[in-house]
Amino acid sequence: MGWLMVNGKSVTLNGETSVLEVVRNAGVDIPTLCHHPDLSVYGACRMCLVDIDGRGIVAACHTPPEEGMVIRTNTAMVRRLRKMALELILARHDGECTTCDRSGNCKLQEYAHRFGVDDVRFERTEERLPIDNSGVTVIRDPNKCILCGECVRMCGELQGIGVLDFAHRGSDMVVSTAFNQDIRETDCVNCGQCAAICPTGALTIRSQIQEAWDAINDSTKTVVVQIAPAVRVAIGEEFNLPPGQSSMGQLVTALRTMGVSKVFDTSFAADITVIEETKEFIERVQSGQNIPQFTSCCPAWVKYAEQFYPEYLDNLSSCRSPQQMLGSLVKKHYSKELGIPAQDLFMISIMPCTAKKFEAQRDEFTTDGAPDVDLVITTQELARMIKEAGIDYPSLEETPLDQPFGFVTGAGIIFGVTGGVSEAVLRQAYEILTEQELKDVVFSDVRGYEGLRSCEIVINEMPIRLAVVNGLANAKKVLEDMRAGKVHYHLVEVMACPGGCIGGAGQPITNVNRHVRYERGAGLYRDDKRLPMHKSQQNPAVAALYENWLGYPGSKTAHETLHTTYTCRKKSN
Amino acid sequence: MTTLEQSVVRDEGLNTINVDDNVAAAVKRYGTNQSALIPILQEMQEQYRYLPKDVLNSVAEALQLSPATVYGVATFYAQFSLEPKGKYVIKVCDGTACHVRGSLPVYEAICERVGLEKGKSTTKNRRYTIETVSCLGACGLAPVVTINDKVYGQMTPQAIVMILDMLEEEETSHA
Repeated sequence: MGWLMVNGKSVTLNGETSVLEVVRNAGVDIPTLCHHPDLSVYGACRMCLVDIDGRGIVAACHTPPEEGMVIRTNTAMVRRLRKMALELILARHDGECTTCDRSGNCKLQEYAHRFGVDDVRFERTEERLPIDNSGVTVIRDPNKCILCGECVRMCGELQGIGVLDFAHRGSDMVVSTAFNQDIRETDCVNCGQCAAICPTGALTIRSQIQEAWDAINDSTKTVVVQIAPAVRVAIGEEFNLPPGQSSMGQLVTALRTMGVSKVFDTSFAADITVIEETKEFIERVQSGQNIPQFTSCCPAWVKYAEQFYPEYLDNLSSCRSPQQMLGSLVKKHYSKELGIPAQDLFMISIMPCTAKKFEAQRDEFTTDGAPDVDLVITTQELARMIKEAGIDYPSLEETPLDQPFGFVTGAGIIFGVTGGVSEAVLRQAYEILTEQELKDVVFSDVRGYEGLRSCEIVINEMPIRLAVVNGLANAKKVLEDMRAGKVHYHLVEVMACPGGCIGGAGQPITNVNRHVRYERGAGLYRDDKRLPMHKSQQNPAVAALYENWLGYPGSKTAHETLHTTYTCRKKSN
Repeated sequence: MTTLEQSVVRDEGLNTINVDDNVAAAVKRYGTNQSALIPILQEMQEQYRYLPKDVLNSVAEALQLSPATVYGVATFYAQFSLEPKGKYVIKVCDGTACHVRGSLPVYEAICERVGLEKGKSTTKNRRYTIETVSCLGACGLAPVVTINDKVYGQMTPQAIVMILDMLEEEETSHA
């Protein structure tokens, strides 16, 4: 083990690959605008400048550490150059902070403040470029772009799509879609990770807060809310609660205070998803048809498959996502029970996910011409509404969820983390295949945060090969390996976002930090443990629903209400 | 040095040729490695005299690159054009040497002679594209103009207009 000096202190090297990593591990916070540990190194923003004896000023992010280096991070020269770099970035940046969606949550704003930029000496000369407001989820404002390229690498490297790239040259350079077409026309799957990683307000998620207030204030509408599993362990971060701390009770209280009639848990629908999907899975395994089965809960993944791998659409589970299952149940079934016509019910989903905004608008998810889910707002949007309403979130009393769609098991809760859907399905598949009770419900083989994990689980002497994927570039790898005949799976779970839904782009912006994601995941597993039931098939409210209305898993009513079909969206050329 | 006639690319019917077949032929020559992108684009640029959208999409698909990446490369290099270019591409050098020896009056004379609209670089009849370049590396001949890579040195407004007159005459007699 070698060592080097950071600001006069001796630091032991621990396998770090860059000076930036060494210095940060030594507890010194170096600013970066174009660097993220999950992406390749770019070295363009010049924020991470350090002074190394014998080398002078270098960018720490792409300098490998060497034994005996003497590094200083806070010299007069470093400070001067960093401030100058910031000033130059700001000279091209539309600094309309007060009206910016990212105000208070913006790296550039924070650094300008932290490094004492109180004046930008350079006059802005560029013409204003048009804002691309076409997207269902992502809005592009090139006037705020600082060309750090984080979105380019996020979309290309982690999601394997590459909707955005640099175009033109020199002072004309912009981050652009192909042919600068509207984002709606591109292969964007609405995962929103580009906006989550954007250090400024150049890429933001369409806000539908006003629509939510309008519905709540509309006296002719009964507003019904569903809350996705991953929201409960993240929303607290917006109110200084630690990541991973589950605050579902407070969430229900807050929504009630705001004027919502009913609050349900998407995890309830996740339990139904497990039951329908497991039935489908066992049938496919036994018949040998359409194996592997791909999960279909992630709308970004579904759109990805429709666009790039339509030949595998028969392999997708025909199950709707939990969001759409619950929407459908509420509009088709619960409305009758309440005696309120479906068109007077207004369903709002609170999602960690931005692609859900797109999913809810799909033509196939409607009842009597009206959408099953009327509006999707993200964790971030809800947090803002709670702040707007002047609610002191952490001090709220806990309120239980409404029934019947508020009764959940741990299996439905872990849907929010990568590996969770597989684990929930295994918990049921085991009992169906062995006709025995599953005692230990933890399948640790499918847990973890690696982007692509595979394992083999033997149930009743039958080996089941699984792949658990997060990040669509990893899904691409699985599909290509399948096509080449290199791998043979039975079940493939795909979630587009890092770590699964807990890392969704609708979550508090800290979701780009993997340690925060791990805490949220741990929070969901804690909730699973704490609940009395861990298997979807144990959920009495789900059982009652089948008995009273759906019939049995895979029945005609179940298919009409809970399943869907997919469309090839491959571009013709 | 190539003559003007040799360097003029085939004109008629290009856009009716199947784009995918054209791209496939180029991909066959250069392979599907990422590094084949620029040679393929160069060949397409030569064939079409610009890079139509369909071509860029087709190249992206053939090389398994995203269309945004191909668009990025195509817009980075000045050698590629996403707008249709004229049959004759006239480059007026406006490097330091050419500039001080009067390249601007030469440029203006060309624009006036071929009837180029303000703010455009290609004439309406798609016969001429006029560009300024920073230095052609022939400072001893300043001011320099190239027409489809044929070099004309020590240009004056009168001289370039005479050359263009000859070109026009050829064009009309061919037609």
